[in-house]
Amino acid sequence: MSFLKIANIETLYFDRIYALHGLTLDVAEKEIFAVLGPNGAGKTTLLKTVAGLLKDQPKKGIIEFNGRRIHRLAPERISSLGIVYVPEDRGLFRELTVKENLDLGCWGRRTKGIKEDLDFIYELFPILIERTGQQAETLSGGEQQMLAIARAMLRKPKLLMLDEPSLGLAPLLARNVFEALEKISQLGTTILLVEQNAKLALKIANYGYILEAGRIVLKGTSKELMENEDVQELYLGLGQETTTSKGWRLYKKRRRW
Amino acid sequence: MNQFLQYCVSGLSIGSLYALVALGVVLIYRSTRILNFAHGDMATAGTFFALMIYELHPSFGLSFSLALLFGGLLAMGFYFGILIPAQRRDATLLGQTILTVGLGLIFQGLSSYFGGTEPQSFPFPLSDTKVYKLGQIYISQLALGATGFSLLGSLLLFFLVQRTRLGLAMRATSENLQAAQTLGIPTRRVLSLSWGLASLLGVLAGLFLAPALLLDPFFMLEPFLKGFAAAVLGGLNSLPGAIVGGFLLGLAESLAGGYLTVAFKNTLAFLIIIIILLIRPEGLLGTEFKERV
Repeated sequence: MSFLKIANIETLYFDRIYALHGLTLDVAEKEIFAVLGPNGAGKTTLLKTVAGLLKDQPKKGIIEFNGRRIHRLAPERISSLGIVYVPEDRGLFRELTVKENLDLGCWGRRTKGIKEDLDFIYELFPILIERTGQQAETLSGGEQQMLAIARAMLRKPKLLMLDEPSLGLAPLLARNVFEALEKISQLGTTILLVEQNAKLALKIANYGYILEAGRIVLKGTSKELMENEDVQELYLGLGQETTTSKGWRLYKKRRRW
Repeated sequence: MNQFLQYCVSGLSIGSLYALVALGVVLIYRSTRILNFAHGDMATAGTFFALMIYELHPSFGLSFSLALLFGGLLAMGFYFGILIPAQRRDATLLGQTILTVGLGLIFQGLSSYFGGTEPQSFPFPLSDTKVYKLGQIYISQLALGATGFSLLGSLLLFFLVQRTRLGLAMRATSENLQAAQTLGIPTRRVLSLSWGLASLLGVLAGLFLAPALLLDPFFMLEPFLKGFAAAVLGGLNSLPGAIVGGFLLGLAESLAGGYLTVAFKNTLAFLIIIIILLIRPEGLLGTEFKERV
């Protein structure tokens, strides 16, 4: 049985614009799943639908988490079941300090165990110790992302959903963040990741989905995806030479999905 | 000089009540981005409630605390009963603001029906004719009490918002509702509490204004407008701004009334507001809402 099961969901904006077209997707426990796709494919919509942030969506279809139907529940409820969503804009409270942001991550928890979790987070992102009293908006992009992930971890998520964690980060920082995600995953948290940076995402993911125009067009282990010619050309930038030495375009490869 | 100080003291004491009203307006605006036009009428309803309870059982402590509670529950009821269903049906912020106007009219009607439209005197433990003399300055018992209680109210609110976990949740919810929801903070309960607290502060101001102004269904109209202006002056999204704005407005009014003519009392005060807003459109302590990616 899959951990998170999404079956045939349809999400619409303004009741008429289809963002997700009968999308089906399974996430198994304790692994990293990456969803790749171009702009406007519906990646963010997918995560927001699961998190319950889109009112009355999905219009059709089923989302099950741990065998329990969660579609159209209030976002607070979904969050309390252990699904934590880190949005693209990181969802920090900019006027509050780093410490206060982390405190809010512990909302609803007993004090027991918080200390250990904080230690774990500070070990993962030591920079946050230095920034404790600073307002979140004064942090750099990478530090903000670290804070967002740290705050999400304090909720002890069963499923951590991340929207473009590499967005706006320098390559080195992005790699830091992804290494941290790997560590988090090794400790038993399931991760559902949406990324544009396919190379980075497939490196840490066990399994990948390619999402285009609201549908899953390809799925497979990350190894399979990395070896797929279409994925190589369109997402990894490793395509074969398609022009001759004279610069004439010989042919444009067609996607086969 | 003495006269100047005297005007200042009376200005500050009325200003403290404006600050209390302004705090309520700002609290609601900051957390829900709604301008609550029913704020004055909720306070009126609470004050009438205090009078009714007092007539049944003449105890100031009981009737006033019940009235504060009543005001708070009224606003929470409005939030849960009307605003949330409206939000479920995708009401815009403007639509929700208009709902508060409607609510204000309903409260005016109810206050007229149950309380009567005749201005009536409001029994109060502090008297505005009993006067204390501090050096050369006179201050009435009522003004002293009003200043003290509004300062106490503001302080308690400050403590709640800045020093408690609940206040942290309130600040988080008002800044980023979606993020607060995904963290599992019960945002609706937090927001309803903001409404309740705001209304409670309004009723507190109403209780202190009623003995001086005489109680009728419309007696909070002018204080509400002044409090609203004070909130705009201080910056609609700043709680300290509301207090500063309230005191400034009270001072300006009192000085204008004293040195020019009483007829210009309001005119000059609002002229000052216009000038300040021309220079700082976001209000004295307010910050512009910034949308960043």
